[in-house]
Amino acid sequence: MFKNVLFLSAGLAAVLSAAPAAAQTEISWWHALDAELGKKLESIAQGFNDSQSDYKIVTTYKGTYPETLTAAIAAFRANEQPAIVQVFEVGTGTMMAAKGAVKPVYELMTENGQPWDPTAFLAPVVGYYSDTDGNILSLPFNSSTPIMYYNKTAFEKAGLDPNTPPKTWAEVEDHMNKIVDSGAAKCGLSTAWVSWIQLENLSAIHDQQYGTLENGFGGLGTEFTFNGPVQAKHWENLKKWSDAGLYQYGGPVGGPDAAPKFYSGECAIYMNSSGSRAGVIANSKDFEVGFAPLPYYDDVTTDPKNSIIGGATLWVLNGKDAEVYKGVAEFFTYLSQPEVQADWHQATGYLPITNAAYELGKEQGYYEANPGSSVAIEQITRGTPTANSKGIRFGNLSQVRTVIDEEFEALLAGQKTAQEALDAAVSRGNEILREFEATNQ
Amino acid sequence: MQTKRTIFPNKLLPYALLAPQLAVTLIFFIWPALQAVKSSFEREDPFGFKTSFIWFDNYRRIFADPNYLGSLGRTALFALSVTVLAMAVSLVLAVAVNRLLRSGKVYTTLLVWPYAVAPVVVGILWWFIFNPSIGLAPYILRGLGISWNHRIDGNQAMILIVIAAAWKQISYNFLFFVAGLQSVPQSLNEAAAIDGAGPFKRFWTITFPLISPTTFFLLIININYAMFDTFGIVDATTSGGPAQATNILVYKVYTDGVLNLNLGSSAAQSVILMLIVIALTVVQFRFVERRVQY
Repeated sequence: MFKNVLFLSAGLAAVLSAAPAAAQTEISWWHALDAELGKKLESIAQGFNDSQSDYKIVTTYKGTYPETLTAAIAAFRANEQPAIVQVFEVGTGTMMAAKGAVKPVYELMTENGQPWDPTAFLAPVVGYYSDTDGNILSLPFNSSTPIMYYNKTAFEKAGLDPNTPPKTWAEVEDHMNKIVDSGAAKCGLSTAWVSWIQLENLSAIHDQQYGTLENGFGGLGTEFTFNGPVQAKHWENLKKWSDAGLYQYGGPVGGPDAAPKFYSGECAIYMNSSGSRAGVIANSKDFEVGFAPLPYYDDVTTDPKNSIIGGATLWVLNGKDAEVYKGVAEFFTYLSQPEVQADWHQATGYLPITNAAYELGKEQGYYEANPGSSVAIEQITRGTPTANSKGIRFGNLSQVRTVIDEEFEALLAGQKTAQEALDAAVSRGNEILREFEATNQ
Repeated sequence: MQTKRTIFPNKLLPYALLAPQLAVTLIFFIWPALQAVKSSFEREDPFGFKTSFIWFDNYRRIFADPNYLGSLGRTALFALSVTVLAMAVSLVLAVAVNRLLRSGKVYTTLLVWPYAVAPVVVGILWWFIFNPSIGLAPYILRGLGISWNHRIDGNQAMILIVIAAAWKQISYNFLFFVAGLQSVPQSLNEAAAIDGAGPFKRFWTITFPLISPTTFFLLIININYAMFDTFGIVDATTSGGPAQATNILVYKVYTDGVLNLNLGSSAAQSVILMLIVIALTVVQFRFVERRVQY
């Protein structure tokens, strides 16, 4: 007992002495990035803390994206919410519907007299995160888009040109066959995020509608339409390649098994977020990595559209003091500086969020010095976005993605055809949308 | 009843003595349970701004959902498989150890270790062993001509979580079985042996009936364990996949409530789970503890 008291008082003393003499306002920031990305994020917060003395950003790693979102919501209900929370793009619909919980970033910035110019951001980023009136509600931070990583060494072994990555899915198939037949690698392809990459982005790139009412941007009454012929054909191919051993499934949601398959040299091609670039380079020790845009079907389109966004934005939650919001606004201005943005983008592989950061990177000669580093930004900005390629906006999207994963697994297990799996995903997804509509009316 | 009654002269004292325990039960068990019952009749957005009372709508949806009914069936299959496997293996081990005179203690100690391992760690352990790309088991199975990929094959995924969950529970069962076996009077066995009964006959006609109270107790405990304490194992190995093949009820409560933020449905599901626990407990107290006596 005495020991406990001693510990307690020691702890109390530590807490008291840790409180700074000058009243520094603490701003809590919950995030979902670990490993290389988490370290970089913390160093950015540290950079802001060192640049001024009025505010202190306190970062907390809260687990995966879904865990972070859930934690923030639970904290909000208990009135213990952080000032800033990082929410993945899938949670955008949920956050936008929660009007009372969120302090829109455009309001925050103007109220606190900080510069705010939506046109400074890249067009696809603004489009994805604006509400129906064109206001940006959350600060884009780590935006990414999926790209194709490939094992140059395996390409070479298979007699393929390591500097000419496959452009179309037909070429991918041909390459996979050569790679597996020659024994350069055991499997051709693995992919993270089946729902995001092999369905959402596939639809955008081929200008196929994902849901009615402009992919959900038009209102809560939207319905899914991603069971079209292009998507069905692609899933059929994936099933065919899976059966032939050319493609290996990496698991549901983020596809946790996909990355090890690529790192170990087992699969020669790997599709994942451009934000994985830092991790891919750090982990691919035994071979050289190539970077390329996602492939497309040239019998569907000869003019592939832009891919769509993933990653996360920073949401500001209601219920904090004015002083805290002042600090948050200052921090956001700091974050949006071209230097900070460019540094983050170049260290991680996430997109440069502002045009200025992209220009700065060009001036620095970063893209020439690091071949493949501009693949993501070029892919997401190519052409003019159509209604089908500007993004998607659905409530309960993470639930829908789970459904898509499940139906994809049913397809791979041979329980359903591609069309049946997609039809089932659409009808189950629509039920989820109706539930969201009923909850948020 | 001939037990001696202690009389408290002070009427308040017994309540005061009970109060701490009652407070803990009320705050940590009864109150959350009532909250869950309340939420199960509501539809609410995740942040709790809009709440509407919808009577039994959540329950109606659940029982109209083929996924839920499927999950119910899988949970039954899972609980049964884990129980049978964990109890059979531990009984064999207990009988084997019971025959050893000196080294029995060492084996007992060793066999109890898995019980100390946290469910998530158990999950990770088996996830490693059966990982389709780096695991040892798939490598050996490949040699036997079996292609193992529990990411796609639902049956294999189910086998995986059954093995992982049973492995962890074997220690617990083993301890109870050893204790049960040691309380079987040696004289009965000897008498039967003199009458010419072989070891198998002796086991099935003498030992097994005599340890039946232990067996029934473990049966209930194991079913409870498989249904409610295996969340960590499922989460770390299969996450309920593929295509919901291992989405047992307790995991579904988590995915629907915590991941999908569908609080009403999740609450309704947990109320149903609560009813199942209550039913199992009633069975245990009413029937098992009274009837199984020899």
